Amino acid sequence: MQVSITKMILAAVTTSPNRNVSGVPVFYAETEEEMVEMSVILSRVLEAVAHDMGNGVYIIVKH
Amino acid sequence: MNREIAAIVAGITLGTVSRYWMMRRDFRQYPSYPHAVVNHLAIGFVAAVLGAVAVPAIAAKEYTAVTFLALAATQFREVRSMERDMLTAIDKTLLVSRGSDFIEGIARTFEARNYLVVFVSLLTSLITYIVSPVAGIAAGIIAIASTKYLMGGKVIGDIAVVRPAKVRFEGANLFVDDIHIMNLGLEQVRKIYEELGRAVIIEPIDDTAREILSNVGQRQAIAHDVAMLLGVRRDVDSAEYTPLLRRKLETGRVGMVIVPIEPDMKCLIEAVKNVPVLESTFVKPLKEKAGRCASD
Repeated sequence: MQVSITKMILAAVTTSPNRNVSGVPVFYAETEEEMVEMSVILSRVLEAVAHDMGNGVYIIVKH
Repeated sequence: MNREIAAIVAGITLGTVSRYWMMRRDFRQYPSYPHAVVNHLAIGFVAAVLGAVAVPAIAAKEYTAVTFLALAATQFREVRSMERDMLTAIDKTLLVSRGSDFIEGIARTFEARNYLVVFVSLLTSLITYIVSPVAGIAAGIIAIASTKYLMGGKVIGDIAVVRPAKVRFEGANLFVDDIHIMNLGLEQVRKIYEELGRAVIIEPIDDTAREILSNVGQRQAIAHDVAMLLGVRRDVDSAEYTPLLRRKLETGRVGMVIVPIEPDMKCLIEAVKNVPVLESTFVKPLKEKAGRCASD
C-alpha cells in the first residue's frame, strides 16, 4: 500500500514571537494587518490555504 | 443478395449506428469532438463486425469463428484502460478534478458500450438471417432503444432533495446551514464567500441514498460537474475557492459550497440534481436485514 502525505503545513505566520511556533518556517509580523498581508502572499505563492488557528497564529496549509 | 450478406450488412450498420447514438456529446465534451468520436466509432465498427459475422459463421459450421468474440473482449478491456489512463492524466490539469471514481465509471461505460454494440449487431444479424432483413432491422432498433433505456443510470435528483442553503461564518469557520465546511483565515476570502458564495444542502431520501452521498468520489463528481456548468471563481493559486462538499455526521446530509462565476441558485440546484450516481458508489443497505433493522 502506498502511503503519502496529502495535507501539509507549509508555513506559520504570527504576531507573537513568544509562542515558540516551530517545525515549519515561521514568519513574524509586527501587526495584525501585516500578518494578514503575509498570509495572503504566502497562500498565493505556495498555492495553499491560510487557516486561522484563533490564537494569533495563521497556518498555510497545502491541501 | 443472399442471406449471409444481408445479415452481416444489417448487423454492421445497426451496430455502428448504435455506437454513434450511445455517444453522449453533451456539456462534458467527452468524448471530445471530432477525434475521440472517430476513435470510438472505429472501435464500435469493429465490435459491430464481430457481432454481425458470428451468426453466419455458426450457420456455416465455422465454430472457431466464435473465438473472435473472446478476442473482442480483450480489445474492449484495452479501451477501458486507455480511457482510464487518459482521464487520469488530464485530471491533474483540471481546476476541479473528476476524481478516480468518476473516471473509473466513465472508463467502464466505454467498455460496456462496445459489448452492447456486439449485442445489437448479433441480434440484428440473427433475426435477419432467420426471419428477414426488415424484421432484423426492427429488432436492432428495439435493441438499441432498450439498451439506452436499461443503461440509463440514476441521478442525484432521484436519490436526494436538493435545496438552497445559507453560507455563514462563525469566526473563521465556514458553515452551510449547520454543516461545518472549513476554516478560512483571510478576511478578504470570507467576504467573497459571503457575497458570491452559493450553497445547497443535499438531503438523502433514504439509507441507500445516505450511503451513496457518503462516498467521497460521488461528492467529488458533484463538485466537478457543477464547477463545469456554472464556472468556478478560482485559479491554481487560489485553492480556498475549491468547491467543497461536507457531510453532517449525525444525519448524512451533505452541504455544498461553491463560488460560481454564474451565481444563479436555480441553475446550481439543477446542476446538482443532474449529476449521475456513480456505479462504484451504488450500495443497497436496505436489501439486507441488518440494514433494514438499523434504518428504523
